[in-house]
Formats: sequence, structure tokens, C-alpha cells
Amino acid sequence: MANISEFSLTKLASGIKKKDFTSEEVTKSFINNSKKSKKLNTYITECFDDAIKSAKDFDKKKDYKGLLPGIPIAVKDLFCTKNIKTTAASKILHNFIPTYESTITNNLWSEGAFLLGKLNCDEFAMGSSNETSFYGNVINPFGNKLVPGGSSGGSASALAADLTPATIGTDTGGSIRQPASFTGTVGLKPTYGRCSRWGIVAFASSLDQAGPMTKNVADCALLLQAMSGYDPKDSTSVDIKVENYSSKLTDKVKGLRIGIPKEYRVDNMPSEIDKHWKKGVDYLKDAGAIIKNISLPHTKYALPAYYIVAPAEASSNLARYDGVKYGHRSKGNNLFEMYENTRSDGFGNEVKRRILIGTYVLSSGYYDAYYLKAQKVRQLIKNDFDKVFNDVDAILTPSTPSAAFKIGEKKDDPVSMYLNDIFTVPVNLAGLPAISVPAGYDKNNLPLGLQLIGKPFDEQTILNLSLAIEKSANFKRKINVWWK
Amino acid sequence: MSEKKFDYYIQSEKGKWEVIIGLEVHAQVLSKSKLFSSSPTKFGAEPNTQVSLVDSAFPGMLPVINQFCIEQSVKTGLGLKAKINLNSVFDRKNYFYADLPQGYQISQYKNPLVGEGEIILDMPYGTKKVSIERLHLEQDAGKSIHDMDPDNTFVDLNRSGIALMEIVSKPDLRSPDEVNAYIKKLRSIMRYLGTCDGNMQEGSLRADVNVSVRKVGEKKFGTRCEIKNVNSIKFMQMAIEYEAKRQVDLLENNKQIDQETRLYDSKKNTTRSMRSKEDAHDYRYFPDPDLLPLNLKQSLVDKLKKELPELPDKKKERFIKEHNLSAYEANILVSEKEISDYYEEVIKGCDKKLATNWITGDLFAVLNKKNLSISQSPVSAKNLSALIKMITTGKISGKIAKDVFEKMQDNDKNPLQIVEKEGLIQQSDLKELEKIISEVLSKNQDKVIQYKSGKVKLFGYFVGEVMKVSKGKANPQLVNEILKARLK
Repeated sequence: MANISEFSLTKLASGIKKKDFTSEEVTKSFINNSKKSKKLNTYITECFDDAIKSAKDFDKKKDYKGLLPGIPIAVKDLFCTKNIKTTAASKILHNFIPTYESTITNNLWSEGAFLLGKLNCDEFAMGSSNETSFYGNVINPFGNKLVPGGSSGGSASALAADLTPATIGTDTGGSIRQPASFTGTVGLKPTYGRCSRWGIVAFASSLDQAGPMTKNVADCALLLQAMSGYDPKDSTSVDIKVENYSSKLTDKVKGLRIGIPKEYRVDNMPSEIDKHWKKGVDYLKDAGAIIKNISLPHTKYALPAYYIVAPAEASSNLARYDGVKYGHRSKGNNLFEMYENTRSDGFGNEVKRRILIGTYVLSSGYYDAYYLKAQKVRQLIKNDFDKVFNDVDAILTPSTPSAAFKIGEKKDDPVSMYLNDIFTVPVNLAGLPAISVPAGYDKNNLPLGLQLIGKPFDEQTILNLSLAIEKSANFKRKINVWWK
Repeated sequence: MSEKKFDYYIQSEKGKWEVIIGLEVHAQVLSKSKLFSSSPTKFGAEPNTQVSLVDSAFPGMLPVINQFCIEQSVKTGLGLKAKINLNSVFDRKNYFYADLPQGYQISQYKNPLVGEGEIILDMPYGTKKVSIERLHLEQDAGKSIHDMDPDNTFVDLNRSGIALMEIVSKPDLRSPDEVNAYIKKLRSIMRYLGTCDGNMQEGSLRADVNVSVRKVGEKKFGTRCEIKNVNSIKFMQMAIEYEAKRQVDLLENNKQIDQETRLYDSKKNTTRSMRSKEDAHDYRYFPDPDLLPLNLKQSLVDKLKKELPELPDKKKERFIKEHNLSAYEANILVSEKEISDYYEEVIKGCDKKLATNWITGDLFAVLNKKNLSISQSPVSAKNLSALIKMITTGKISGKIAKDVFEKMQDNDKNPLQIVEKEGLIQQSDLKELEKIISEVLSKNQDKVIQYKSGKVKLFGYFVGEVMKVSKGKANPQLVNEILKARLK
């Protein structure tokens, strides 16, 4: 059973069900791997002892029910987990232990899974390289000098290095899809409202959405099914039936109309990204899909609009971290001094930058010029998508404008860092579902993903198209294990 | 009644000034749970025992609108004859304070639930219409307690998240008396509706007062100041008087009024500057992304409208028209829901006019003396009704009724039982009365002669004697008739 940790989630679930191996064996395999992989810095909190106990308890059960029987899962440290420290990778929550469980993790546990640990990420999910974490940067298993992407960088790295069979992240502007693309894994951001936000540390409420990160498309369908659903505790969650994504999963995509938006052919896009995109078009064409050139004219305004809306909401969402009720508190001679010291000391630079931007764009006198205008742009971007979805069933784009970059390369240049989200951000602004599926390598042998954007609540179609690409591309994660 | 003229002006040597007042009333929605969480709202509980993870803003917690609070506010809007906005939006009002756990208050800014409405005031100089600008829903903050420890401030979050209706009037009020009438009328309407208990002592009704002054005849409003921290009608009135005089003094000395927020100090009866316009918070309002815009169906509004109880203005009209009451009497009876409820219960079994007299006379005197509200009345409406019925049917005399009423106040005793037990039933049996009268007349032969020779004043004496013999039970009307016939 040496390779048990390389198995897919689907294979593990059916193997445990068939008693080919026990939950304990599976769990120990991932724990062993995790213990040897500290150099990747993927974990913030390890729950290994509890996981083994849960596995043993599971193995004693008479019948195995649920979609995720006896599966250990490590999750992004943005999901609140009952009695387990939840930090959002921030000093300001370094000592915070929730008394409650997020709806999403709770959904996983009720399908038979249990917690393996809490994974590193960018502080409050603000970043595209996992370099803003209070717990240090995460390293991409594809190279010891490479970032895994962000903000769900710990999740992507842990998944690619076989430290967890699958994982969940959150995606506000690309935080699932970009790290998935950087690590040769599959990551899906569901339609806004498909998954509950209850119990997830909020970054930008109107954009945040949790989603699955897996080793292949079938796993993605399975995990999405397990986590999705209406939650009356989240007013923005939508009461629409969850499909049986797994049983409906098919690579038969003949006749589906695929839009290729011309505006995504951005200036200075590396030619190999363009080539990679064209390959994706060919895969789908070969599978019988109909390719259509489309236009999403407001695309170029998406990034600036995003970097107004997201920080605006964040500046307000993060106001609760004030040292009064929980988390880190610095001393001060009066209330406002205490606030200033706590927040100066507790937040990192990127978080402070976004709080400042957000506060500024909401200030009286600037609100109309920035926040209100950005909301209008957002509506125009939504309208663009609504319009093209009359003619196409899904849209194909590259996931990112480049493969994984070097640690430190963009750290001091926020704008170039933000440009990394150029293909993923419009999707969040429009609330649509989108997936990144690995489809090839660049000249440095680094993985590249393709993004499929779907109609609202039509996750099934983009899963099916991804499966078709996965088969045609025959992508294999080629990782030279350097960290053990 | 003679109509008085409005006469609240500030008269100085240099001129006559008019005082312009607008109110922002914060009324706590009568609801078992909070606006966005299921925590209870009971007043006076141990600190921090009515607090959920949402109220204390734990990471990842989300607000969910309490539909009941929405309906309560719509009802209030309907009671104010206001426009109900089917589409409204909850915004975040951002500021930092220790008793504001989220770092923002969820409120309604640009698109309130309720638009323009009105309240009619009955003033000694006639009725006055005060326009309502808007009503919106918002969360209350917690409470900072500074005097429990010399070095620390304590925070009680029981109040955090409780639903408040902010009801904003137009600057239509012109005197402290009108403010008094406005608050009382607003409170009365909400109590009729059951949407706010209006208890100012417990803070379920609070108000910020906007005051400005202008010379009589001038059209333009002056610069206003907002007075916060006034927690009773009396203090509101005192604060307005002080503030108006302060502003007139400034203007007459060619000084400027700064638009600012001022605090009322009830010990010194002054107002002092709290923060100037420049220091005003920038609340950075924006729509709360955790909540979808609130879309109401017209059918819900229609349903609530249909279920609306009769409100004081309508009730008053009906009492005048159908019960033949004077406007003055009707006003008293409808001023509080509990009073009108009491009155309507009493009149189920007896004469309306007599009931009005008893309630506004004898009953109110007792309540005043004992400092009780009508809901604490020692005599229930049912028993008062029975008492009045005994008077109109001649079972007891009005005089006896007063004694019985006195006795009823002990534990709401049943008047029938008192009357029966003490044998107080009016003596209306003609034979019996004839007998008593014959007895009295034969005992007082001398006085009968005096009477017949012209000393008619003695008639009262004979009545008194008859009553004495009958222990007050003789039917006075019959006694009168018989005596008159016998003394002819």
C-alpha cells in the first residue's frame, strides 16, 4: 500500500467502501506523507491524532454511508472548525478557537469525512502567491523556489504533494483556480450562492465562495456534491437543487457551444499561454463541441472594479478584529490606542493595504467615483456574460496569464501581483461558476490550467467539458519529490 | 371649549423668534428575537446572557433578517399613513466602538423600508399635522459600562442587534408642548399596533432632537444642532428650551451657530458640544453584501393593512359620532390603548356616558392617587361595568355606588357580592317605602306643619331622614315622588 496517498478521492472512497483498505490505513498514509513534507509549509494546524482516532472509529462502523466514507481531509484555515484553532493565516486570529463548525466542513463530515488539519493560505485570503501568511509562505511542490499561487496555496500544495486526498478552498477573485493551475490540480469556484458562506472567515462577502480542489475532475464532481446546498443561515445562499454531479458526469460534449472571448487575449500574454489556450480549443473541437468567437467588451474594467469592490467589503468585514472580543489584543492607554496597536500589530501589510484602499473608496466624496462606479462596472460585466450565454453553453479561457512564478518575484509590486487574477476575477464579479483544469506544461515543465466558465448553477456542464479536456490532454502530474 | 392661540416664541428686545424642531425617534421593535439573530430581547437580563455568535460578530457569522421585525415596521408605517417601500436595502454604517461588535451597524440609508407619512396632534389651538420623513430599521448597539471598574470598561451585548425603528419627522414641530404631544401620540400609535412598548425608562423609546431658530416671518431655516442623550419627554422639553435660547443669544450677539451634535446635561440643564460637523464620523455607508435587498410583496402589505387595529384617530372619531362623547372626553379615552380597551370593555354592559364619567372621574382619581396605570387598576373593567349597570337599573343608588366602588378597590371585589352581602340593594318597593315615609312623617309632625306653611327647604330634611332609616338604600327618586305627594 505504498502508493495509497496517490489514489484519487473517488478511488479511496470506493476502496474504503469495498474494504480494500481501511480508513486508518488511508489516514496514516496521508499523515506520514504530511509529516515528511514540512518544507512545503502547508499546515498551520495538524489534527493527526484526532484524525487517526476518527479513522479507527469509522472503521468500527457496520456500514459505510455517505459520499466521503472515512476520508481524511485537510482544509484551508479560513473555515471555522469547532474546537480547532482557526487563524485565517493572520496574527490577529492566531489564538482563535471557534465554538462552531462552518456549514461547508459540517457537510463534509456528515458525508463521512473528518479533519486532517488546517492548511496555510494568504492572510484573510488576500494574495495570489501565499506570501502574505503570518505563518510563512507555502512552497509549490513543482519547485522549491516557486509559489503555489494563492490564496488557497496551502490547499493546492498539500493536494499536489499528496498530503490530503482532496481539499476545499475559497475563491474571491481566483483563489481556488489560480493555485490549482499553478499546481496541476483541479479547482472549481461554484456559482455564488451554491455553497454556504456560514462559518467561513469573510474577505469580500459578495464575491467569496467556497469550492473543491481535487486531483481530477471526477473527484471534483464528488466533492462539489458533498459540500453544496442551501443554508438558511446564509441569506445569499440559493435554494436550488444540488445535482448528482458524479452520476451525471460525462465527457460527451458533442454539440455544446463554447465561447472564446477575444478580450482575454491580453497584451503581453506569453505566446505559450496562447498556444496552450488553442490546444484547449482543439481538445473540445475534437470532442465535438462547437467553437464560437465571442466578445465580453467590459473585461478590461474587471480587475480595477474588483480591486475597489473587494477591498471595500474587506475594510468593513475586518472591522470586527479589534481586540475587544477574541483574538489578538495589544495594550493601549485607551480604547482607540488599543485598537490602533492591536490592528497595527495583528494585520500584515497586504491586509492593511486593502483595508486602506477599501476605507478610501467608501469615504464620503469618493464613494460615487469609486465604489458606486465599480458596482456599475460590475453590472456591465454581468450583462456581458448574460448576453453571450444566449449563444454559448460555456466559455474557455486560460486560467492564468503565466505558470507559477518565483517566490518574491512580485511581492513588492502589488499591481503585477493583482494582474495574475486577470482571467479569474470577472467570474467572481458576475457570480458565475468556473473551473480550472490542468491541461499541459510550459517550457519549464510547470503546469498550466484552462478555465471553463459556466452559466449560473450549471456546474455540471463545465465539469463535463473539463472531463473531456482531462481525457484529451492526458495530463499527468510530474513532480520530482525534492522536499522529503 | 375656547380655542387658545399658539404662543410659543422667544421674545427678546431685539425680536420675536420661532423655534423649529425635528425629532429622530428610536423605537425598539416589539419582538421576541433580534433583527438578525434568534437571541432573546428581554429587558434587564444578566449582562451578556442574550448574545449569539452573530450578535457578538464572531468570524464567519452572517445576519438573517427576522421577518417578524419587518412586518412590525411595515405595520408601524401603515399606522403613520406612510408609503411602504416594497424595495429597500440594508446598509452598513461603519464606525469603531467597543460596544459595536461588527465594527458597523446594519441600518438603512438610501432606501428605507417606509417613506413619508404623518401624525395628527391635538393641541389646545386645534389639530396639527406633523409630517414623517421616513422610517427605517436598524440594529441597536451594545452598552459600555464605565463605572464598574476604575481601569476597565465592561461591555454588555444583550442589546446588541435588537431591532430599532428610526422614525424621522420633518422639522414641523414648533414648541416643547408639541414635542410632548408628538412623542405621546407616536407612542400611542405604536402601542395600539403592538409594535413598540414605548417604555422610555427601559430605553425602548429614545429620541435625538434637532433644534434651530429663526425670526418670525422668515422662510429660511436656521442652522440646526442635534441634541443627543435625552431620555425623557421632560428632559427633551428642557433641552429644547435651553438650546433655543442659547441659539437666539448667539444670533442676537452676531455670532454664528455651528452645525454640531450636542449633549444634554440634565443635572445642569445645559447642552454642550459633543462633536462639530468637521469631526462628524464618515460612516462609509454601503449596501450590506451579506443581505440581499429586501423585496416585499404588495400582498403582504395589503394583508397587514387589513389586520391593522383601529387607531386612536379613527377611534376618537367613532366615539364622538357613535357614543355621543365630547371631543375632550374621546381624546382622553383614546390617548392610550389600555384606556380605550378598558372603556370598550366597560361599555359592553352599561351606559356609555355614565361609563365615561366613572372612568375619567372616579377611576382616574383613584389611579392618580395611587400612582397606577390603567392596566394596574384595582378595579377591573368588568366589575366597573357591573357597578354602573346596577346604577342604571336602579338596583343601587349613585350614592351607594360610590361606597361600593370604594370597597371594590380591595382586590377587585365583585360589586354584586358587596351589594348583596351588605344588603345595599336599593329599596324600591312602594309599600315598604310608604311605610318608612309614614314613620318619618309621623315622628316629625311639627316639621310637616312648618313645611306646609311655606318652609319648603325642609323637603331635604325629610329625604335625609328617610335615607337614614333605610340605611341609604331607599330609591331616592321614588322617595321624592312619594314625599311630594304626601306633603301636598
